[in-house]
Amino acid sequence: MYEAPIREPLILGDKTNHEITEDICRPIEGKANKYWWWCFIVAFAALIWWVLSVAITVGEGIGVWGINNIVDWGWDITNFVWWVGIGHAGTLISAVLLLFRQKWRLSINRSAEAMTIFAVICAATFLLTHIGRPWLPYWLLPLPNQFGSLWVNFNSPLVWDTFAVSTYFTVSLVFWYTGLIPDFAVVRDRAKTKAMKFWYGLLAFGWTGSSKNWQRFEEVSLVLAGVSTPLVLSVHTIVSMDFATSLIPGWHATIFPPYFVAGAIFSGFAMVQTLLIITRKVLSLENYITTLHIDMMNRIILVTGSIVGIAYITEFFIAWYSGVEYESYCFINRATGYYWWAYASMMTCNVISPQLFWIKSLRTNITFTFILSIVVNTGMWFERFVIIVSSLHRAYVPSEWGNYHPSWVEVGIYIGSLGLFFTCFLLFTRFFPVIAMSELKTIVKSSSTQAKRAQKNNPHAHAAHH
Amino acid sequence: MNNKKYWKSLGELNNNDEFIKQSKNEFTEQLPIGNFLGKESLADTKTPRRDFLKFLGFSVTAASLAACETPVRKTVPYLIKPEEITVGIANWYASTYDDGNDFCNILVKTREGRPIKIEGNKLSSFSGGGTNARVQASVLSLYDNERLQGPLKDGKATDWKQIDSDLIAKLEAANAAGNGIRILSSTITSPSLNALIAEFTAKYPTTKLVTYDAISYAGIRKANQKTFGAAVIPTYNFSNANVIVSFGADFLGNWVSPIQFARQYGKSRKLSKDKKEMSKHFQFESILSLSGANADVRVGVKPSQIGAGVVNLYNAIATKAGAATLSAGKVPFDKSIAKAADALWANQGKSIVICGSNDSHIQTVVNGINYLLHNYDKTIDIVNHLNLGKGDDAEFSTLIDEMKGGKVGVLMMHNCNPVYTSPKALEFEAALAKVGTSVSFNISKDETADKCKYVCPNHHYLESWGDASPQVNSFALIQPTIYPLFNTRAIGESLLAWMKGSGNYQDYIKSVWQKSMFTMQNTEPFFENFWEKCLHDGIFETSPRLAEPLAWSYDLTADAADVANEKGSELEITFYQKMGIGNGNQANNPWLQEMPDPISKTTWDNYITMSPKEMERRGYNIIHEKEEKMSTVNLTVNGVTFQNVPVFPQPGQPEGTIGLALGYGRTKAGKVANNIGVNAYSYMGKNADGLLSYYATKVSIADSAEKYMIVTTQTHQTLMGRNMVKETTFSEYLKDPKAGNETVMLSLANGHEHKKVPAHTVDLWATEDKPGFARPGLQWSMGIDLNVCIGCGNCVVACQSENNVAVVGKDEVRMNREMHWIRIDRYYSSSMTKEKGELENKGIIETYHEMEVPEENPQVVFQPLMCMHCNHAPCETVCPVIATTHSNEGLNHMTYNRCVGTKYCANNCPYKVRRFNWFKYFENKQFDFNMNNDLGKMVLNPDVTVRSRGVMEKCSMCIQRIQEGKLTAKKEGREIRDGEFETACAQSCPTNAITFGNIADSNSKVAKMKEDERSYYMLEELGVKPSVFYQVKVRNIEESLS
Repeated sequence: MYEAPIREPLILGDKTNHEITEDICRPIEGKANKYWWWCFIVAFAALIWWVLSVAITVGEGIGVWGINNIVDWGWDITNFVWWVGIGHAGTLISAVLLLFRQKWRLSINRSAEAMTIFAVICAATFLLTHIGRPWLPYWLLPLPNQFGSLWVNFNSPLVWDTFAVSTYFTVSLVFWYTGLIPDFAVVRDRAKTKAMKFWYGLLAFGWTGSSKNWQRFEEVSLVLAGVSTPLVLSVHTIVSMDFATSLIPGWHATIFPPYFVAGAIFSGFAMVQTLLIITRKVLSLENYITTLHIDMMNRIILVTGSIVGIAYITEFFIAWYSGVEYESYCFINRATGYYWWAYASMMTCNVISPQLFWIKSLRTNITFTFILSIVVNTGMWFERFVIIVSSLHRAYVPSEWGNYHPSWVEVGIYIGSLGLFFTCFLLFTRFFPVIAMSELKTIVKSSSTQAKRAQKNNPHAHAAHH
Repeated sequence: MNNKKYWKSLGELNNNDEFIKQSKNEFTEQLPIGNFLGKESLADTKTPRRDFLKFLGFSVTAASLAACETPVRKTVPYLIKPEEITVGIANWYASTYDDGNDFCNILVKTREGRPIKIEGNKLSSFSGGGTNARVQASVLSLYDNERLQGPLKDGKATDWKQIDSDLIAKLEAANAAGNGIRILSSTITSPSLNALIAEFTAKYPTTKLVTYDAISYAGIRKANQKTFGAAVIPTYNFSNANVIVSFGADFLGNWVSPIQFARQYGKSRKLSKDKKEMSKHFQFESILSLSGANADVRVGVKPSQIGAGVVNLYNAIATKAGAATLSAGKVPFDKSIAKAADALWANQGKSIVICGSNDSHIQTVVNGINYLLHNYDKTIDIVNHLNLGKGDDAEFSTLIDEMKGGKVGVLMMHNCNPVYTSPKALEFEAALAKVGTSVSFNISKDETADKCKYVCPNHHYLESWGDASPQVNSFALIQPTIYPLFNTRAIGESLLAWMKGSGNYQDYIKSVWQKSMFTMQNTEPFFENFWEKCLHDGIFETSPRLAEPLAWSYDLTADAADVANEKGSELEITFYQKMGIGNGNQANNPWLQEMPDPISKTTWDNYITMSPKEMERRGYNIIHEKEEKMSTVNLTVNGVTFQNVPVFPQPGQPEGTIGLALGYGRTKAGKVANNIGVNAYSYMGKNADGLLSYYATKVSIADSAEKYMIVTTQTHQTLMGRNMVKETTFSEYLKDPKAGNETVMLSLANGHEHKKVPAHTVDLWATEDKPGFARPGLQWSMGIDLNVCIGCGNCVVACQSENNVAVVGKDEVRMNREMHWIRIDRYYSSSMTKEKGELENKGIIETYHEMEVPEENPQVVFQPLMCMHCNHAPCETVCPVIATTHSNEGLNHMTYNRCVGTKYCANNCPYKVRRFNWFKYFENKQFDFNMNNDLGKMVLNPDVTVRSRGVMEKCSMCIQRIQEGKLTAKKEGREIRDGEFETACAQSCPTNAITFGNIADSNSKVAKMKEDERSYYMLEELGVKPSVFYQVKVRNIEESLS
């Protein structure tokens, strides 16, 4: 496989196939270090807070939140959309980049997919807890039932949501798992304890590593990539329709589907950055997740961030251009009203700050990237908050204008959902191979430092070898 | 005939002995009991240990499962069904609400023997089917579990026998010793009770009835005594008045007989094709009252200037009439006075001037004005006067002096609470301690009853017999609608017992009616028939007595001089009543506490109202948002101080004046009302006339560091230039009845051009207008005339009562979580408009900010808003579980059982009328209101589900009433008659602002109303096709609105 010599290597440190296996299996086989335990304790404490907050919510009623008869959705749906958005990067990286044969995805796709799964789980918890009677969410599914011939309302975007999110979750899970099989087999084969052998053997589905295995693996990956690619677009399109199909000024906008998808990718990549910058440090994977990877992802953040920025400005333009009183007031109020600070945060974090990535030194600066990735996700959280709350709090009838403030329970559920997310992710780093090592090994011969060096020293040899 | 035989088995065919024997057994084969019941030893049985354990396990599980039943709620069915009660069918009884403050002829709906709803009695020409919020809520006061459950002696429960023997002894002793026996009561309009008290007085000659009303109208009576020789309150007829001038009298809300006046006022404001005239209403007042909010011209004045204003008006009229003028000081609002005078003079005999002052000097001048305008016997009737508001402040003061002097042997208090309502300055409480024997007839252990030696609780009016006469020619009966809940006794029976040892008050009433009312008529020859008819109708009215022309010989000079002596001060306070709490006698009623004040929209609180400008100057917080606390002050009036009284910004309140509502600051009313706000009564003093004064000039306020949370149901005050409430002026309306109601146009793309088309023609779906769409049958619709709606809030409580709407308490209202299915939006006008902003070169942001600020003396609009029952309902499409759906009768249904509570419908409702059950609002200690106790739950309407936690709810257009009406019509095999049933809000609306009916029937009232040029749909441009429409508000003013 020829690769232009000017392309920078994707694997640093002259890693051999065996070294790769060693590096990536080390966290599974060895003991967790201090950093991991500290991260885990914090995340788990937050998870306990989540359990308590959810218990209070389910026990007392969603009245323990700050939402009210004017602003019926608050942090709950903000968080839902935020998490679903974060969940976008995984599929994009593994499916779309696979179809486009982007090799740099190989170091990051596993964790990105794991992040997707956990983010969608977090999102789903908000769907379940935000409803008034949280013991009845299955009524949103078109199940056969004995309530007469009672069906779901296929006109309702919330039903579309149910389908979109559950489909996305299922496909992502299958995709992720398929990729994991060869790596589980590696862990199984290296296992020294009976328990590990048993469990990883079970997880590896009897992978033998034969050519037939690999051929089928490739085929399935390709098919799943094909199935997943439309989902990258569909999920957030449908989530955006929760708002776009309503008639509330600030929600009712045809621009929402592309704008939401771009925003989702934007926030998803930012979250991948946040996670991987920590992971590479904690698990010493600097040779696999390199500045190049971070640079690549920052470019995507820059592009999607710009799309989002244009969408924001377009919304304002249309609000003015339409001449609709309610629409124009909504946007003026959004920028200058009670929640102006949320709007200002959103604009700063999402539109202005990613533009700094035009500067290469910043784009390749790991600390800066880490900070900015958090800034971006803060901004994206505010975006959803602005759309939901600032539109609802001053809609059509001025007598029903009012404000919304979250309660401690709502804050607890949000922080707790981060706890849930990080707990899952930290467990993932301990028990699952965080990098798709089997696949990564396919580029050792083309994109590792030693391959690059060989190519440089003897450019023709490589070509002849081909 | 076929003789073929069929048999099931050979055994049956042969029918041998064994078969017959077997057929008698329940089981044809031997049951294998022996298999598992051990014969000799356990080991020999066919049931080994394992099977035994299986059976044991099964039995234990089965037994424990059977024990896990849902708790059984026991109800006691009718052992012998009463003849008149059919379970599930309501019985209606005519009765009367007469609490000494409000008067209303009512119908009481009872279900299975429980009164559950009050409605207006449409047979009454007095209140004409209207009610007010307090009347509506009175049914809940019946089920107040803090009412007294039996008689008390020295605060301890006793029995009636003890009470009777004690009190007969006390009364006789007092009588024998020549000590006074005093009956202190609020206004008694009851002919029977008055007759009984007269008999009582004959038996105990030292007895005297002293009438004392918390809200006194003694000034009017005194003035009429002076000018016409009759100490009465005349009957007013606002429906015949073309011009109404009110000086501080809130006649639509709380003045003398507001339900009656509101109905008349509504008539005078109604516009239609056939009636193109409406009254012009001037209001000179300090606080922004309900009447002021409805006035065409409202002038904010200091309360001390009211008198001068009246005299100035007199002079203006007198000049026109060629009569002598009086000496009067100049007032700053003389231009408005001149305008009012012009309008009045042009409508002689068709106008009314009233004044809310309790000063007879001012009221005599008011009489003079009305006399000069020839209004007597036309719009004001002295002969057929009202019997309401008979409180005599002077007698009350005398009584207190007597009490202090120890001259009162027995003091019996009926339907009044003077320890709470009398001003501190009168020292009633101290005087009460010096009374020999104090007796209270109050139904709860209130502030006064608490201080009495004996408490002989009266029945609640829904449990008792009684009668009333609000007006000379109008009589009403009160009949029990439920057996007394507690060991209480009607005051009539108590008095009879103390006079004669025993007696039946019902018989007594009957005898009084036989003696007097029966003789006033000649249509019914037999008394029993007459009695039955009166009981059925609830009322008996005779034709008004003919009046002789009134003569005027009174000289107003001295009165005018007294008025001129009235000195104002820098800061003056007005004491007023709120629509919900009124004089405070029903303060323990959570419906009334939670009812938003029509003007300020506050609930659960009492506060000082102050001009926002003045508040800003004094550095008080004028932003009223959900989380903002209000500034408080230490308020001193007439030497009485209360600490930390919150201050609330009230546009329309003139600078230098403040307002404070009466009826709050209760200490012994019950857990709902106790310690809410301050007791404004205690501040009150007397005016120059020696009567109770409802304003004071000796006022000072000192800043306090405390902050206090005031909650309102509406935090935004202006319409922001949106055309949801459409209005026009009367002159514009006369020119073009469609004035102010421009058709809403939408732009459609037509090639490269914009084409403007009426909004109602744009539709995604097939509609009535398009072919292929037919909607047969019923289409429920509602029309609301904004020109007639006075915003009183009656409908809010009526709906709450009909539809089991939960009370959520102050903190939940703060969270914007009130549950009322109907709300009344109140908007103030702003001096800034978009056009003005453009002219003044202001940026749009600044313009919007200024549009949020109400004018200093704003015009006010009220807009009742409930579910619009949109025919293209945005809520219906977004519900994922089809919990909210459309009926083929044009109603938007809510299926509580199916709702999972995503709240998406509420978000997508442009009118924001949906209400969510954030908590379980019944049987929940956190919401300790009527739905948290068994007694309070008796008020619930069994036809309406009590909603559980986590489901959405909203106005159903009283679907239970529609259903009942449809079934009745079906049973009788006929079509539904227009108006045979109405929604709760429409039924008792005092001004008939709400019309409900089937719009598909072109002859129905609502269909005809829809055809009127003033009709419009709110937010028509959204294309949601509401079933509720409004009619343009028309202001009777000259200047144009913009």
